[in-house]
Amino acid sequence: MKGHALHAFLRPEALPTVFCPGCGNGLVAGALLRALAQAGIALRQTVFVAGIGCAAWIPSPHFLADSLHVAHGRAIPTALGVKLRRPELCVIVVGGDGDIAGIGGNHLLHAARRNADLLVVMVNNLVYAMTGGQVGPTTPHGLPTSTTPYGNPEYPMDVAQVVAAAGANYVARWTTAHLPQLEKALARALTLEGFRFVEVVSQCPARVGGRLAMAPVEAMKWLRAQSKPVGEAGPEEIAVGEYVVRHRPGLLRTLKEQNHGGA
Amino acid sequence: MSPERRLWSGNIAVAEGALAAGVDFYAGYPITPSSEIMEHMARELPKRGGVFLQAEDEIAAIFMLIGASWADAKAMTATSGPGFSLMQEGLGIAVMTETPLLVVDVMRVGPGTGQASKAAQGDLLQARWGRHGDQALPVFAPSSVQDCFELTVFAVNTAERLRTPVVLLSDELLAHTWETVRVPGEVERAERRRPRDHEPPFGSPDPRLPPAMPRLGEGHALLVTASTHDPWGLRQTSDPEVHRALVERLWQKIWLNREELFRYEAVGVEEAEVGVVAYGSVARSALAARKILAGRVRVGVVVLKTLWPLPEEPIRALAERARAVLVPELSLGQLVWDVERIAAGRCPVLRFPKVGGGIPIFPEELAARILEILR
Repeated sequence: MKGHALHAFLRPEALPTVFCPGCGNGLVAGALLRALAQAGIALRQTVFVAGIGCAAWIPSPHFLADSLHVAHGRAIPTALGVKLRRPELCVIVVGGDGDIAGIGGNHLLHAARRNADLLVVMVNNLVYAMTGGQVGPTTPHGLPTSTTPYGNPEYPMDVAQVVAAAGANYVARWTTAHLPQLEKALARALTLEGFRFVEVVSQCPARVGGRLAMAPVEAMKWLRAQSKPVGEAGPEEIAVGEYVVRHRPGLLRTLKEQNHGGA
Repeated sequence: MSPERRLWSGNIAVAEGALAAGVDFYAGYPITPSSEIMEHMARELPKRGGVFLQAEDEIAAIFMLIGASWADAKAMTATSGPGFSLMQEGLGIAVMTETPLLVVDVMRVGPGTGQASKAAQGDLLQARWGRHGDQALPVFAPSSVQDCFELTVFAVNTAERLRTPVVLLSDELLAHTWETVRVPGEVERAERRRPRDHEPPFGSPDPRLPPAMPRLGEGHALLVTASTHDPWGLRQTSDPEVHRALVERLWQKIWLNREELFRYEAVGVEEAEVGVVAYGSVARSALAARKILAGRVRVGVVVLKTLWPLPEEPIRALAERARAVLVPELSLGQLVWDVERIAAGRCPVLRFPKVGGGIPIFPEELAARILEILR
């Protein structure tokens, strides 16, 4: 680990990570750290906010940066509190699909609607993994999980599309099998203002792979094979690419202009 | 600024007290009977360089406060019963992360959505114990519009000094009562302690001294977590000793400083024949009942303004001297359990519960009950 290019960005006492062998979280962590470097944003001026879940552990405690690790689902409002008070800091939320789109779904919608100046990275591993692999808001229809042993009777939410419709300035989806594209999307998101959302569909070898008898590498091959560009993907496929790129003023700029003009 | 006199409602006085104490961040969700506090802050904060945001729900509001507080804000919100229930999650996180903030609960009739927005005092035990796990946080209750101003200042300062969330319990009657407030020329403002070199953000050698609180964005590589953590903020979710040391310190931080938190008025306790222990708008009726009975019955009244930790000494003194102690509450009786415990058989402790409709406990009915006790 010592000689690794990203070692300087990681907290030594938190290594090795607790992530399961073959987990996609390490790939997302690497892409995010490289994107920050690419965008020229120092960790010193970055605050990571996380809720509860496997993906929430990507920044806390691993990143050698300020991090707030709060309640399940509540990373986005916490992050907005930080950003409103310290607009000069880069505030990034990292969380899983259950955390961000399930229990925190209302906060996600409203942060997008407000065009709040945050980057939210949602690692979508299709289930609640930390608690044992229960069905989540993104679980494919029919997939067996520990709480849908007869298959998921519900349909998954297309979170990227929902966030785009809610008013975000930037929305993209990639998978852990598209690391260069993911890194580029994150770096682009970091240069924009307003609400930015990047979804990463990821493999969970422990809770999904295990049930489907699919090794991590097979899962990544499957992710790549299932992926089609946005607009071309069918309902059973994974749409990848940019959903929306807007340049509307972010909430912070609007508030600033209002207050300077008002009082 | 020179001292002045202002005519304010309880809700306006809370907002003005917060501004005087340096509150510069407000996030909230509309709910009666607290909404005037939010509306006042929405007008005033942007003019003073502060931040106001209406949240999507009360859960978001309190988590915005937590984020803002770590970003160096003095943060507050106001709500009522149903919103206060939703905020318990965030209050627990604020206790565990030692995040200063103020939650004002303008109590109304519950449970559930109850009777909006009629006065009640049913949230006392929720304010103290509403979170899961072992914890303590200071709870204050004004009983006049002057108190609304002064106790809000004190609550904000207490949050900063003890690095803790604080709850201010108001009620609908007080919130919408208009009274003259003496506004002092200068208001004391407490500032949170900043860390010196190598001072852990979640550890302290002296249990009475809260740890210093670093600011985000200054290169501390700060780890803040609501899970059990060591003095440097690193998660320790298996070690029983780390957990015991943390929750004991969080408790002691409040408990060992309790004397400094005690605010109460003891009126006529020394010569009391009958005692009354009350808080909030009900305390006003208790004082009025004392006046009605002047010359006939010597009534001692303890007006509690700190509800947790509880000042026990004035209650004990009252129970020593009085033939009985009456505890009027706009609930089925929550404070009375404490008074019974503190009186410990020195004299009978009698309930005086009243719930529903937001009908006050009238001085006349209290006076009649007191006469009945003596018969």
